[in-house]
Amino acid sequence: MTWSEVFELLGPASRETAWMVGVASLFTAVGGLLIGVLFVLTERGGLLPAPPLNALLGLIVNLGRSIPFLILMVSITPFTRLVVGTSIGTDAAIVPLIVGAVPFFARIVETALHEVPGDVVAAATAMGAGRGTIVGKVLLREALPGLISGFTITIIAITGYSAMAGSVGGGGLGAFAIDYGYNRFEGKAMTATVLVLVVFVQLVQMVGDFLARRLSHR
Amino acid sequence: MGWIGFAIRITKVDQGVYVIEISGLRKTYRSRTGSVVAVDGVDLSVGEGEVYGVLGRSGAGKSTLLRCVNMLERPDAGTVRVGDVELTGLTGKRLRTARHGIGMIHQHFALLSSRTVAGNVAFALEVTGTPRAERKARVAELLELVGLTERAGAYPAQLSGGQKQRVGIARALAARPQVLLSDEATSALDPETTESILRLLLDLNRRLGLTILLITHEMTVVKRICRSVALMRDGRFAESGTVAELLRRPGSELASGLFPLGGPAGLDGATVVDVTVSGADADAPIIAELARRFDTDVRILGGAVETLATTRAGRWRLALPGTPQDNTGALEFLRSRGAEVEVAS
Ligand SMILES: Nc1ncnc2c1ncn2[C@@H]1O[C@H](COP(=O)(O)OP(=O)(O)O)[C@@H](O)[C@H]1O
Ligand SMILES: [Mg+2]
Repeated sequence: MTWSEVFELLGPASRETAWMVGVASLFTAVGGLLIGVLFVLTERGGLLPAPPLNALLGLIVNLGRSIPFLILMVSITPFTRLVVGTSIGTDAAIVPLIVGAVPFFARIVETALHEVPGDVVAAATAMGAGRGTIVGKVLLREALPGLISGFTITIIAITGYSAMAGSVGGGGLGAFAIDYGYNRFEGKAMTATVLVLVVFVQLVQMVGDFLARRLSHR
Repeated sequence: MGWIGFAIRITKVDQGVYVIEISGLRKTYRSRTGSVVAVDGVDLSVGEGEVYGVLGRSGAGKSTLLRCVNMLERPDAGTVRVGDVELTGLTGKRLRTARHGIGMIHQHFALLSSRTVAGNVAFALEVTGTPRAERKARVAELLELVGLTERAGAYPAQLSGGQKQRVGIARALAARPQVLLSDEATSALDPETTESILRLLLDLNRRLGLTILLITHEMTVVKRICRSVALMRDGRFAESGTVAELLRRPGSELASGLFPLGGPAGLDGATVVDVTVSGADADAPIIAELARRFDTDVRILGGAVETLATTRAGRWRLALPGTPQDNTGALEFLRSRGAEVEVAS
């Protein structure tokens, strides 16, 4: 394999990875925020206390986080097929990526929201703010730097999972590295994959750090 | 300018008009390990334009009491009226509207770290539904009121403690409340800053007729700005009244807290008396007159004359040679000069 052959294959593989990671990250952001906020709201002493729902959410999140990704991926294939119609390929890989990353991010959201001091929430309540205002303008806004740092970590974790998914029929950089770099002993393919991933992770981390720093006034 | 201009009025404390009225208030915290009775039957009436202080040690139940006034904590029993509104029965939108009329400031300021000084004040206006067009002018007006115009664009992290509390005060006044609740507002501040914040509160009380209910563990706060004070212990009021009343009440714990007398309570061959005077009498030379008239070698064992929020007051522990019987005339003289006299031994 020449370098130009490597690059020819590397382009589409990178795009597939970007697609998987991008779509999965987007859904994870929404899902993780929803579950994380709901978890904090329903806590004992929260804005909308509902201990049974809270316990259920905690259980789901812990369950999702305790199953290794590879096992999660193969064990939910029927569900994946139900959602995207197939269990192989990039689109099929997105489903387990989301299912695996949502609990991870939800826990990060919970931690970030808990960092907001209780008396700030009490002050808003005392002013006569409603729950929507408190969630939107106090909890989420005050926690934003932490949420962004946490989301950065989540995107990087999804990138790692996506390579794993790729290696078992998902496509993208993972599949490229296994097919060429590992199975055919193409050192150049392996090197190129690693480089692309390193640069990508580095970029995500830099942008995340920059945004978090810009938004933090603590 | 509008609001400030209109709101300036002479503060008259009218005992008949209570802005805050609490009766039979009770609050118990329950947990797996047991339950704590934080407020155990408190009655409290705060007159219009009054500065009322609740003094007590940590854990006495002061914060819980204050948080029951705006229903941050739901009392188990009792009623809370602020203005014309009975709050214990309110929920949802009606409770939120009632809260607009009750400002609150906090020990650790509780500002939004992600917003500037102006943004923090604007938040309070957003909450109360002030139209966007009016907010900017109103923010400027409020910052002017607390002397923070120059720092409008700064973030809380860039401010000193005193400046943060000024933001807290501006924010609390955004909805033009009738009442301000203060939860240890100066406890995190150094003495000079405490003084400047207390001066601001007293100024707002006088200029806007703002009624203030504050809780504190610091006697200096009570001395400096309170007209009335209650001593809270184990969820109850051990003692309460106006500062002037308390000073004249024999054996008052608050009075001796306000004016620690020091000095021995007994002395061989002498009559030890505690003398309290307030108002104009505080500055009259009654001790000199006593010595002259009765030709007695009176000694001052301890005491002070101080300016309190609403009155001047003096309190001394004196030793008069001889038995109490020997000094009947001298004691009569002190009483005739408006002094409260208590024989310690
Ligand atoms: N949220 C709470 N849950 C359980 N116990 C509480 C809570 N808040 C206060 N307490 C208890 O109630 C009592 C009074 O507390 P607090 O009102 O904060 O007193 P203070 O403000 O005078 O220090 C204390 O024993 C405290 O431990
Ligand atoms: Mg307290």
